[in-house]
Amino acid sequence: MFRNQYDTDVTTWSPAGRLFQVEYAMEAVKQGSAAIGLRSKTHVVLACVNKANSELSSHQKKIFKVDDHIGVAIAGLTADGRVLSRYMRSECINYNYTYESPLPVGRLVVQLADKAQVCTQRSWKRPYGVGLLVAGLDESGAHLYYNCPSGNYFEYQAFAIGSRSQAAKTYLERKFNNFTASSREDLIKDALIATRESLQGEKLRSSVCTIAVVGVGEPFHILDQETVQQLIDTFEIVREEETAPAEPEAAAEQDAATDQASGADQGGAGNQGGADQGGSPMDI
Amino acid sequence: MTKQHANWSPYDNNGGSCVAIAGSDYCVIAADTRMSTGYNILTRDYSKISHLAEKCVMASSGFQADVKALQKVLSARHLTYQHQHNKQMSCPAMAQLLSNTLYYKRFFPYYSFNVLGGLDSEGKGCVFTYDAVGSYERVGYSSQGSGSTLIMPFLDNQLKSPSPLLLPAQDAVTPLSETEAVDLVKTVFASATERDIYTGDKVEIVILNASGIHRDFMDLRKD
Repeated sequence: MFRNQYDTDVTTWSPAGRLFQVEYAMEAVKQGSAAIGLRSKTHVVLACVNKANSELSSHQKKIFKVDDHIGVAIAGLTADGRVLSRYMRSECINYNYTYESPLPVGRLVVQLADKAQVCTQRSWKRPYGVGLLVAGLDESGAHLYYNCPSGNYFEYQAFAIGSRSQAAKTYLERKFNNFTASSREDLIKDALIATRESLQGEKLRSSVCTIAVVGVGEPFHILDQETVQQLIDTFEIVREEETAPAEPEAAAEQDAATDQASGADQGGAGNQGGADQGGSPMDI
Repeated sequence: MTKQHANWSPYDNNGGSCVAIAGSDYCVIAADTRMSTGYNILTRDYSKISHLAEKCVMASSGFQADVKALQKVLSARHLTYQHQHNKQMSCPAMAQLLSNTLYYKRFFPYYSFNVLGGLDSEGKGCVFTYDAVGSYERVGYSSQGSGSTLIMPFLDNQLKSPSPLLLPAQDAVTPLSETEAVDLVKTVFASATERDIYTGDKVEIVILNASGIHRDFMDLRKD
């Protein structure tokens, strides 16, 4: 009722003890397109929905490499996210310069959180309108953190932010108990499925999503489109065969996979995988 | 009354020699591995060579503490470049960055005598030679450090474009093959080791070509 009187300044409390500008900033995160993160003991996977405004434009970059061992996915005001990524990169470089070792993830998120807090207590500033999923590896293992515009941060086994993230979160809540022991491939598959949940009916293609991985012995990198499409095809085939043995469809998909795959080996492996799952008996 | 002078210097000279030779599709960069102070040897096994970017290697002699600091600054700057441009720095770009970094400390210089070697954007070998405050030039070959006075005339004799020696000659990349250039480097270090007390122990030879980077060592006299 009295929201409008106390929401002009970030430095004005409401009678109920809330800072509305900060809460509005968190709304901005919910409006951004979805970003998802999951972690196992040895790997962390980030995925995000990347939809271009129109067919003519390219889509926005939402996943940034911060250092070899840290990456971040953002949701909300991507410009704010870019600026914060630059800050994170700079902090990692400076720490490495001084200590000749990688910046522990927990330290970085605290610095990020403190930076966000400053903007909630200055009358000439506004809060950052972006939520960050920070994925990283350090001596104490694999980590996934979520940094809020409010200056809070939390560690997660798996999380999703942005629009239609609830669908992804529901899926993750069902599966998260298995994540710690998951293999890298299963983790990526779960990330793709969670992304598909966020798309809510729209077909999952590598052109609408971006996947990035960091793990033990594997520096942070974004997977390229062909790899992602192959991964999608592999588990889409499995899903189609599990639901209904629609052989013509499966055949068409498998042919498409063979065409796209780099060699007969990959097509063969895909077919054998399908046969093992109790699907259509395909003769190669 | 004469001006009072400091009884302490922030600099020290750790000696050593560096060489780089540019070929048509390769670049050889070499430096000895002896680190000295005064008439003493601190270690026989210290690398003066730093791999700054994929196609860019720097060898530096002089005050190794300043060399180390310089390498770290360039390395950090290169990371920032990669984040911003999504690609590695080219050798000519790194050459300019090194020059600017050195001049930045014009009034308290890095006591570092550098020679930068690598492949340019066309895949041809390139060598850049510097003084301590950043003045630089692209050349076909160069040497720096305590043995450079012994090495440079020999390289001029072998590599400077022969006709005509008298006119200002533009020494282009050498027509020598990669193995010939590496042999020349080994010869040159063996000779410098004979007469320069600060050069010796081992020579570290780095070869940059289309197939990547290759590192080799050769023993030198240890006296």
